[in-house]
Amino acid sequence: MYDFTFHRPTTVRQAAGLLARNPEAKLLAGGHSLLPVMKQRLAQPSALIDLSLIDGLDTIEQKGRAVVIGAMARHADVAKSPVVIAAMPGLASVPGSVGDPQVRNRGTIGGSIANNDPNADYPAAVLGLGATIITNKRRIAADDFFQGMYTTALEDGEIIVKVSFPVAKKAAYEKFKHPASGFALVGVFVSKRGSDIRVAVTGAGSNGVFRVKSFEEALKKRFAAKSLEGMSIPATGMNADIHASAEYRAHLVGVLARRAVAKATA
Amino acid sequence: MPAVSMTVNGKPVSGEVEARTLLVQFLRENLRLTGTHVGCDTSQCGACVVHINGIAAKSCTTLALQCEGATITTIEGLAAADGTLHPMQEAFRDNHGLQCGYCTPGMIMSALDIVRRNGNELDEHTIREQLDGNICRCTGYHNIVKAIAAGAKTMAR
Repeated sequence: MYDFTFHRPTTVRQAAGLLARNPEAKLLAGGHSLLPVMKQRLAQPSALIDLSLIDGLDTIEQKGRAVVIGAMARHADVAKSPVVIAAMPGLASVPGSVGDPQVRNRGTIGGSIANNDPNADYPAAVLGLGATIITNKRRIAADDFFQGMYTTALEDGEIIVKVSFPVAKKAAYEKFKHPASGFALVGVFVSKRGSDIRVAVTGAGSNGVFRVKSFEEALKKRFAAKSLEGMSIPATGMNADIHASAEYRAHLVGVLARRAVAKATA
Repeated sequence: MPAVSMTVNGKPVSGEVEARTLLVQFLRENLRLTGTHVGCDTSQCGACVVHINGIAAKSCTTLALQCEGATITTIEGLAAADGTLHPMQEAFRDNHGLQCGYCTPGMIMSALDIVRRNGNELDEHTIREQLDGNICRCTGYHNIVKAIAAGAKTMAR
């Protein structure tokens, strides 16, 4: 990888100042997406700003009717958090399915959603629960946050501080895991919170995570796997690569959505 | 060049490194602790697993500078000063839990992390599932799984 300067701020304000002074800098969280890309020389930041010494960025707490997870909370800690498991086991299962144990020991929620890899798991949960992304500048609704492959609403100098997930009565994630990489070939997160029903899909779309409105409408009549019987989505706009065709990915969206609803209602 | 200092296997160490130096490079090339291996260099194979502040991580996907002030344990840090093997190392020997040996340091460091997270009574399914991040290219998993179950039990004593 190309060399860079390395910074370890101890407050979010310091980190923001470093970002302002180094326009080509990147924030470093767990590093398990960024460092591999830098090794391949696909990214060449002038500076890395390591967020790991900033106090209070990795808290996990229930606040009213929301579970609030700090941006630097590691996947392994969220997956086994009693707070998350008690409120929404479906949410805890998402970081629990990322990569392998060592990756989960390092990877963070903030890093995952800021990167917005089209095959990452967390974007499905964030969009599928209608979470709010809280940065050092503002609050961003999940529906506005994800803007296509590796693209988010984050502006220059903006740092994710925490993510607030409204507690849904029913929520589940089902994933068709790529056996080698552990990424979602397709992953579907479903939730029901009062009349707000969401079906969010990762891995399948060529433009990143997306919602399936037709499935959501069908589930509004009755939140049951049966409501999605025989339903599918068109293959247009689906990813196609050596691992799966667009048609297969579209098919998996239907299968995994039914499984996720079945799991959420079990 | 930036300076870095950390505690490795109980000893304070320091050095000057480029910012891009990986932890595994620092361990192998600066400290000459060559027990930690580089297999894939893409965080898939687990040959480079060490413990950072007690938690297993892939040292090929961690910068040395991220470990400033940290406590690192490598395979060289497990045996007692008199050479007595750690119970998990002993279990790998007793159960012939290695063939070529290349993946073994990472397997043992990961095995200890499995015990940390799941306790000393490990069934085969748990061990196999938790070895997701470690690849044995000799495919010698059967005895590795047996060794981890046995080593975990001995560690409880």
